[in-house]
Amino acid sequence: MHWGGTFTTTFLASCVEAIEMVAIVVGVGAIRGWRSALVGAGTGFVVLVVVGVAFGTALTAVPIDALRLVVGTLLLVFGLQWLSKGVRRVARKGLAGDEEEDVPEGPGATRFGLDWTSFVLAFKGVLLEGLEIAFIVVTFGSTAGRLPVAAVAGSAALVLVATVGAVFHGSLTRIPRSVLILVVGLLLSTFGTFWAAEGVGIDWPGDELALPVLLGFFGAAAAVLVSLQRRASPVLAAQAAA
Amino acid sequence: MTALGDGVKRFAGFWYAFVVGDDWTIALGVVASVAAAYGLLEAGATESWVLLPLGAVAVLALSIRRANRRAS
Repeated sequence: MHWGGTFTTTFLASCVEAIEMVAIVVGVGAIRGWRSALVGAGTGFVVLVVVGVAFGTALTAVPIDALRLVVGTLLLVFGLQWLSKGVRRVARKGLAGDEEEDVPEGPGATRFGLDWTSFVLAFKGVLLEGLEIAFIVVTFGSTAGRLPVAAVAGSAALVLVATVGAVFHGSLTRIPRSVLILVVGLLLSTFGTFWAAEGVGIDWPGDELALPVLLGFFGAAAAVLVSLQRRASPVLAAQAAA
Repeated sequence: MTALGDGVKRFAGFWYAFVVGDDWTIALGVVASVAAAYGLLEAGATESWVLLPLGAVAVLALSIRRANRRAS
């Protein structure tokens, strides 16, 4: 394969993983605060670099399926907890509901001055997706005999997507909190379902193209549940409309 | 209870609160759904991927129902 082909395929495949990584960090940071999310992301990145340096091209020996199963199951549990709160909140207050007392309390305990939930979600997101980028680089680069080109392409994808996330994260503060809770719950549930299934050996039809389909499925389910909530309680519907 | 026992209890309590949260049915439902999807896969079902998203939505609906009952 020409070096341009190696660069392009590695770059595009890495972009998909980097988008998943940045979506989790930005979503968690926007709702639960940036400090813990960024410390978690930074710690995940440091561990990733240490693992990368320690293993080198032997990185593919890391049991990625077991990691996917554990991380995916946890993300799905957290995602459904947030989605449950998000659905009840939107049913009660509508999409624009913004009261602070409804910040998703979640299972978040504080440790070392950090919001542990935020830290761990960002840490796992960066570590798992970063490992997947590293696998892509090693696999594509080794196959084409152009490991340095693949490494530059993977790094470029990560830097580009992270920069886009950093530039646009400020605009998230203008989005109503109810919408953010719902969207992050949808994202975590989507990635969690995808990874947990892959972790037990299930192949998704269309591979990563299943992600937008899953997101749409969970979004439609959330919309139906909001509607059922309001129908069950006309008071909620009146409050949301007010 | 000894200091060690207290420490172990606090440690276990922290992780329970962190992973399971305020609704244990979500964690149990997710683990059961993942296990069922794996079981289907092992049984040779080619469409085993369908089970996990459906199971997740069922768990979500039950969790909302439980929260409504607790609130009323």
